[in-house]
Amino acid sequence: MATWKKLIVPIVITPILLLLAYGFKTNPRQVPSPLVGNSAPPFALSSFDGGTTGLEQLRGTAIVLNFWASWCFPACFEEAPALEAAWRAYKDRGVMVLGVDIQDREADAKAFIERFKLSFPNGPDPQGRMSIDYGVYGVPETFFINREGTIHYKHVGALTKQMLQGKIEEML
Amino acid sequence: MRRTLLSLLIVGVVGVWLRPAVGVGLEEQTQLLAAELRCPVCQNLSVGDSPSEMANQMRELVREKLKNGESPEQIRAYFVSRYGEWILLAPKRQGFNWVAWLLPFGAILGGVGVIGFVVRRSVSKSRAPREGPLPPLDPRYASRLQAELKEWGQ
Repeated sequence: MATWKKLIVPIVITPILLLLAYGFKTNPRQVPSPLVGNSAPPFALSSFDGGTTGLEQLRGTAIVLNFWASWCFPACFEEAPALEAAWRAYKDRGVMVLGVDIQDREADAKAFIERFKLSFPNGPDPQGRMSIDYGVYGVPETFFINREGTIHYKHVGALTKQMLQGKIEEML
Repeated sequence: MRRTLLSLLIVGVVGVWLRPAVGVGLEEQTQLLAAELRCPVCQNLSVGDSPSEMANQMRELVREKLKNGESPEQIRAYFVSRYGEWILLAPKRQGFNWVAWLLPFGAILGGVGVIGFVVRRSVSKSRAPREGPLPPLDPRYASRLQAELKEWGQ
């Protein structure tokens, strides 16, 4: 009886402590995407300047697909120059940078593009279909799609120049 | 009167029970499905309850998919394929998820067991015959007790 009494406390407490330790170790805001390693969902993006581009047209090209919004401060403001720099550095090496503006006003989005002199295609997602199809739950989120059309990596939060360079080089 | 009330009660219960099987309207079905999905941009709100733009877009997509003849199971599977199981407010009843489903019942059973054990122990302790001789009575109370017993005896 006494041994049983001594054991009951660790038997009950240990699994609870282990569960808590596991819970504290994981980031509750980091939701792993089931899309990574799978084929990218098809999309057709009509850009603000009138052009249209889609996944099918871009087969054989590595794509950096960035979801952003003009109200997303500071993260989207921080990464915009890095995205533009990556586009300029890699556009002649088979890389396409695409911006998808979500839950935004067109005038504000255009002002954002103008402010950062973004020259890569940017377009709205008026019905939110593309963001839902990509499992987006916040901005900014960026998908790196390799030449075979498979999602190589998903990044949540602001991108840095080094991170962009590293992930693009992995896809080339 | 009692018979009528009983029949009404039976019809009501059977009606509520059969309602999902008989088929609900598109709006209601959209709302039912939206209530099962987690709003990605909110704190612990379902897509059905959230007023956010993203939840609105998700509800619209659910409605459209239902209109196109997709089953609720197919729609749930679509959202899980995009967001992972995280998107479901209630985890699927499979594998490790059973812990989340069964742990509360286990905790309740355990609590009931502990309370039962403690109560049984205290009851059996109070019922158990006292071992050894009684301690000597305080002389102050002894004389008072004798006086009162005498009084009662009369």
